[in-house]
Formats: sequence, C-alpha cells, structure tokens
Amino acid sequence: MTRAFSLYLGQIAFLAGETFSSIFLGRIRWRLVLNQIVEIGFGSQAVVIITGIFTGAVFTAQIFFQFNALNMSTAVGPVVSIALCRELGPVLTGLMVAGRVGAAICAEIGTMKVTEQIDALRALAVNPVDYLVVPRAVAMMISMPLLVGECIFFALTASYYVATRILNVNSVFFLQHMWFYTHTKDMVMALTKGFVFALIVVFVGCLQGLTTSNGAVGVGRSTTEAVVISSLTILMINFFLTMGLNIIFPAGGKF
Amino acid sequence: MISEGKNLIEVRDLRQSFSGQEILRGVNLDIPRGETIVLLGQSGGGKSVFLRHLIGLIPPLSGSIKIDGEEIAHLDERQLEPIRRKIGMLFQDGALFDSMTVFENVAFPLRERGERSEKIVREKVARSLELVSLEGQDKKMPSNLSGGMRKRTALARAIITEPSCILYDEPTAGLDPIVSDTINKLIRRMQSQLKVTSIVVTHDMISTDYIADRVALLREGRIHFDGSLTNLHSSTDPVITDFIEGRSHEID
Repeated sequence: MTRAFSLYLGQIAFLAGETFSSIFLGRIRWRLVLNQIVEIGFGSQAVVIITGIFTGAVFTAQIFFQFNALNMSTAVGPVVSIALCRELGPVLTGLMVAGRVGAAICAEIGTMKVTEQIDALRALAVNPVDYLVVPRAVAMMISMPLLVGECIFFALTASYYVATRILNVNSVFFLQHMWFYTHTKDMVMALTKGFVFALIVVFVGCLQGLTTSNGAVGVGRSTTEAVVISSLTILMINFFLTMGLNIIFPAGGKF
Repeated sequence: MISEGKNLIEVRDLRQSFSGQEILRGVNLDIPRGETIVLLGQSGGGKSVFLRHLIGLIPPLSGSIKIDGEEIAHLDERQLEPIRRKIGMLFQDGALFDSMTVFENVAFPLRERGERSEKIVREKVARSLELVSLEGQDKKMPSNLSGGMRKRTALARAIITEPSCILYDEPTAGLDPIVSDTINKLIRRMQSQLKVTSIVVTHDMISTDYIADRVALLREGRIHFDGSLTNLHSSTDPVITDFIEGRSHEID
C-alpha cells in the first residue's frame, strides 16, 4: 500500500518533471495547445457556469435563512463571496473539470496506449510527453484559473439576484458589504487553487492514460481511477492549500 | 568475422521476459545493409517483441543491440530519437492516429520533422499513397477504412520519410492475396530502388518466398535457423519442415 502510493507519487513527479522541462526548453506545439484550450477550457464553460449559478443561488438562500433570523441579512453578500472565492469556486470547478476533462484526457490517451498509437508516436521519434502531455498541461494551466474566475462571477451574479430579487435583501447594502469584505487576496487565492487543481487533473489524467493496459476494460478502469484519484486529491490538497495560503493571505481584515 | 560497418543491425544475446515468462532467451542476429530478412516463428513466439527491441520500444533485460554501430540497449527516450528517425516501423494493426485523416496520418512524420512547405508535404503524401495504391482515399478517417487499407496507410506513413531500414510486423496478415501481393512487391521495390534494409516478421510462406534474401526462424526464444531460402527449403529439420508445410501433429 505505502509502496504503491510512493510509486504513484514518484510517477506523477517524474511526469510533471518531464513536462515542465519540455515547457521550459520550449518544446511546445502551440497549435495543439490552442486545440486543447478549445477542447478543455472553452468546452467546460457550460458545466462550470451552471455549477456556479446553482451553487451561488442555493448557498445564498441557506445563508439568508440563517442570518435573517439574526437580522443580519446584508451580511449574506460578503459571506457568500468569500466562501466562493476561497473554497467553493475553485473546489467545485476543480471537481467538475476532473470529471469532464480528466476523464476525457485519460480515455483518449488510454485508448491510444492500448491501440499502439503511443508506440507509433515513439517509433516516429515523437516524444509522447511532448506531443500529448505538454499541450494539455499548458492548456489546463491557462484555462483553469479563467474557469474558476468564471464560476465565481456567475455564482456571485446568481447570489445577487437570489438575495435582492427573491429574498428582498437591500441591493445597495448587499453590494456594498460584498465589495468591502472581498479583497484581491481572496481572488488571488481562488486563482492559485485553480492553477494547482489544473496540475492535479492533468497529470493524474495523463499518467492514468499512459499507464493503461488491458484493452477496453483497462481504458474504463483507468478512466474511473483518473476521476476518483484527481477528485479526492483536489479535496485533500485543498485543505492544505487553505492552511498554507492562509498564512500568506490571512482571511478577514480590511485590506 | 564480419567486417565493421557492413551490418546495420547487430543483436547479441538479447534476453527478455514478461511477468516471469522468458520470451527471448539469448537471440543473436546480424542484419547486413540492404538485406531483406524474414523472421519466421509461431504466433506468440516473441517475433514482434524482438522487432520492438530494434527500435527501442522495449528496453532489453540484457544483451546488446547495435544499430549502425551504436549501442541502443541503454539509451533513454530522447537519446533514441535520432536512431528512430533512421528506422520506419509498420505495426501489426497499423496503429494509425484515429483523430487524424489518412492524409494527416501520412503527413505526420514529415511535419514532425519540420517540413513546413505544404506543397512538398502534399506531393510526398500523394506519392507515398500512390506507392501503396491508396490514391484518392486521403480524406477518410482511419475508422472508415478496411483492415487492408489501414495497413497500407500505415505503410505509407512508415516509408514517407525514406528511412534506411523498415521493420514490418506481419505486413500481409489478414489481407486478401491480391493486396498481399501489392505489399510484397512494394517491399521488394523498396529494397531494389532505395536499398532499404528490411526485417519482416511473418508466418506467411508465400510472402517469405517472394521477398526474403535470408530467413531466420525464431523458436523458444532463440534463433533456430538462419540461412537462405534454398537452405530453408532443402532442410530436413522436422521443426522447419513442419513450419513450411503447416503441420501441427495434433491428432484429428
């Protein structure tokens, strides 16, 4: 168990190392990166927007029901905003992208592995990490922070509408308080987390794909594993990121 | 002794095993430049595994593989790239990239080697497809091709960069006799016109008789026979005669 775990960590680290050395040595195929940005980033928008809207809406409603009893309904704005920036936005985006993109990456690379297409790449003197992993990693690192930002934007918009139009919170107070208590550091935290989650999804997905064996059954199994491993890792890493980033960007306070 | 530089490929005491099962138990084989050698053997006997070692797809457990005088047994992926550029490989099921059309598949090695002129790419792809008689199929996706067409596309992809050595993994398996003949003639023509060294893994005796300069028989992980076609056919070794005539010794 421990041995398998450290082996897996080693493989991930090795893959990440190869990928970053390729990126820094400039072995980036920009055409493929653009393709992947369309596939990964552009294509994930619907999922992320819908997740954002309904999470923002339901979270606002729940917070309102509790806070209204204490006559604190205008505090809904900042609570929702900070929770979304610091935790919910990046984590939910990460989980949705792990499900959608991580699975797609793993299934595609895994199928290429079992049908010898990876060997064909190697035989044609094309490094599979350069050709398959680097474009996906670059595309994810660019797309993910943007997706997190998009998720939070739509969540807060939904929150505003639910709070002011349905639950009759005063819109000026709502916006004023939200604006006053949400800082740049909260946004920086969201984007940083998004960036880290991008790396988790892309490296777990690619590694599971590249180590697939056993035909169609193997592709199914490794795809499931890719989603499970990256989702759980996101949730666990998120806790440590929160604790660590809280030292750099402490929660609360004014500016 | 064979003089230095005559052999393109020299394999010494090559050993390989997967999950405890010995596949190759010390293979020794020299392949001179420009020769077409056919490697015979039973299915599952390690022929394809042997072929994969020659292009570095599998690192050997022990032993030595020299390509053009250079030891490749311990090279890593990036160090293998210059060697792989000299060698073309035809995979058993073609291994076409199924996200690309036939044209893109065949053009892939050229583009990856930095060919930027679309005109040259188009000309070379057209010529390569013509060689395998697949003119006018270039817009199809691999999933819409028959097995034979996939294999021929893969062959067009393998030869487009004009490698000095081509490895064929079962080039005629699963093809009809006429297409097989096209492939056999193409292998011959590659040798006579371009002086390509070819290693052909097969169990198709018709193909063997047509293309082979030399035949080697792989049995139980070792080279059991290595010689000319004439020697193969005049052999009285029961292992060889059974193989040539297709006898199994199973009781009906």
